[in-house]
Parts: sequence; C-alpha cells; structure tokens
Amino acid sequence: MTASRHRRAGMIRSYAVTGGDAPGTRAGLDAATLLVADPGRPLTGLAAQSRRVMDLCLPGALSVSEVAAHLQLPGAIVKVIVAGLVDSGHLAPRAPFVPAASPYSADFLMKVLKALEKL
Amino acid sequence: MKSSDRYVPATARPVKVLVLGPFAVGKTTFVRTVSEIRPLSTEERMTQAGQLVDDLRDLRGKDTTTVAMDFGRLTLSPEIVLYLFGAPGQPRFHGMVRSLMDGALGGLVLVDTRRIDASFDAMNLLEEARLPHVVAVNHFDGSPRYRDAELRDSLSLDDQPLVSMDARRAGSAKHGLIALVQHILDHHRRLEHAR
Ligand SMILES: Nc1nc2c(ncn2[C@@H]2O[C@H](COP(=O)(O)OP(=O)(O)OP(=O)(O)O)[C@@H](O)[C@H]2O)c(=O)[nH]1
Ligand SMILES: [Mg+2]
Repeated sequence: MTASRHRRAGMIRSYAVTGGDAPGTRAGLDAATLLVADPGRPLTGLAAQSRRVMDLCLPGALSVSEVAAHLQLPGAIVKVIVAGLVDSGHLAPRAPFVPAASPYSADFLMKVLKALEKL
Repeated sequence: MKSSDRYVPATARPVKVLVLGPFAVGKTTFVRTVSEIRPLSTEERMTQAGQLVDDLRDLRGKDTTTVAMDFGRLTLSPEIVLYLFGAPGQPRFHGMVRSLMDGALGGLVLVDTRRIDASFDAMNLLEEARLPHVVAVNHFDGSPRYRDAELRDSLSLDDQPLVSMDARRAGSAKHGLIALVQHILDHHRRLEHAR
C-alpha cells in the first residue's frame, strides 16, 4: 500500500489578503473578537442578559466565545447582546488579527512566531 | 479559577487558528494540549444545511441542531492571545467551518496515515477559502509511515508545510503552530517583496 493510493486533486490558489478591522456591528463580531468593558458606563437600565455579560467582562478582557461558554449561551445569542453593548459604548471590540498589506502585519506575525518559540 | 486565570490582557490582539480533520484524528487532543484554560465547548446552533445561525429569530425555528466545537486559548504575550477552534469534520458541518474561517489567521489539518483521504475535505475547504494552512500528521499505533515526498504527492501539497506531530505532547503541538505562523510570514514577505 502506498500513500498515493488515493490522490487529492489539489487546487491551491494564492492566499487571500484582507483588510483591517471589521466594524463593531453584529456582522463584524467574530467568535474570537476580544471584548474590553468600559467601567465608566452606567449599568442601570441594561436588560438582564446584557447585565450578565457586563458583570463577566468588567473584571477583564474575554472573547465572544468565552462569554458564550461562561454564560452557557449560544454564540449567536451572545453576538446579538454584545452588539448592543458595543453600540451603547459599554464594550469595545477588538477583532482577530488577519494579515493585511502593511509593515505592521509582518511585525506582528514575527512577534507571534517569537512568542511561540519561547514557550 | 482565579480571575487572573480567567481573563486575558486587555491590551492583547486575538489571533484565531482553526484545527480541522476527520473523526478521531486528534483535534480535541490538540486543543487540550495547547490550551491554558480547561477547553470550553461552545454550543453552536446550526441549520440543517450547516450554516451557523446568526439571528435570534432563526433560533426559535425548529430545524436547527446543536453542535459542540473545541475551543482553547493560549496567551502568548501582553500583545497576543491565540484562540484555537477545533471543528468537526463531517460534511454536514462544512457550513460551520466556513463561518469559522472568517477572521482566522490559518488552519492546521490533521492527518492519520491509515486514512489520508479522510483529510482531503478539510484541505479543500481551506483552499477554497484561500486560508493558509499546514498539514500535520499524527502518528497512531500501527499507522503506516510514509516518506514526506510520497505524502506531499498524495495530498497534492503545493507550498504548504507538512509536519509530523503528536497532538498529546505540548512541544510537538507547538511545533505545528510554529510551522503555520512561519508559513504565513514567509508568504507575507514574498508578497511584500513582489509589490
Ligand atoms: N498516537 C496518537 N494518538 C493520538 C494523537 N492525537 C490524539 N490521539 C488519540 O486519538 C484519540 C482521538 O482523539 P480526539 O482528540 O478525541 O480526536 P478528535 O479529532 O477530536 O475526534 P472527534 O471529535 O470525534 O472528531 C484519543 O484517544 C487521543 O488520545 C496523536 O498525535 N498520536
Ligand atoms: Mg473531538
């Protein structure tokens, strides 16, 4: 038996190069988007679920997926709640890094590589 | 869990990496090995067609199904936090995999040499999305060992790196991630150079 008994029809094209940060709308919220809470925003008047998200996020930064897991809510529901909190200024979203055509991207990738090698 | 363990640095930029491959190839193991948190499983709702549901209205519909995906985290520095998503390989989950590819830096495709062709699906999905990836071979008891050239040919690899890995070992798993980031960096530099 050889490895090439089954051969895959490959079709690699050049990798995509995308733009910068997505906007803070629901569509722009990724499962890996990091959420940083603004402690200066009043919590009064927030719906119960929004309040739960804020209670979780105020002590420190977490991703959308972690919020979903900690609150045991589906990711799609968390995105809706978080989008509202982003719009009201309670949460600031930081989208996952994707390389763009900029020197910053190469620097950042280099930092990721160095950090992994140091582990 | 201490709160300092729960949270990531507020200054960090998230980086998303996908871990793909067929049933029982080691996806969950890989995420567990690398993750600094007890891997969380997030329940995602999908339509039967396999699209992630992204609207509250749809969630009330009855033709959605719940799937769990592996989810892990590794804080690399005050500036960088890695998020790992291991997605199920069955074709009915392709829609979910496609939604996860948005915003991802790249992917690792796990291969078991007893059933190489079972990983073709994942590779094709990543290629379609034009997302950088590496192929990582997990060796199981009794799995055949092939020469790299033979594997590269079978997998129709272009310039994607091929690495050997033991997903149960941290050092080895880290090696797979390094290969991915190095590959993306090389590619990025070639592009910059060509500009
Ligand atoms: N020898 C060896 N065993 C491994 C390796 N990675 C995982 N395993 C074992 O393979 C089995 C399946 O691993 P999982 O991590 O559950 O596989 P999975 O891809 O998450 O499987 P599904 O979620 O069911 O698709 C477990 O018993 C692991 O301990 C590896 O690199 N080498
Ligand atoms: Mg699994």
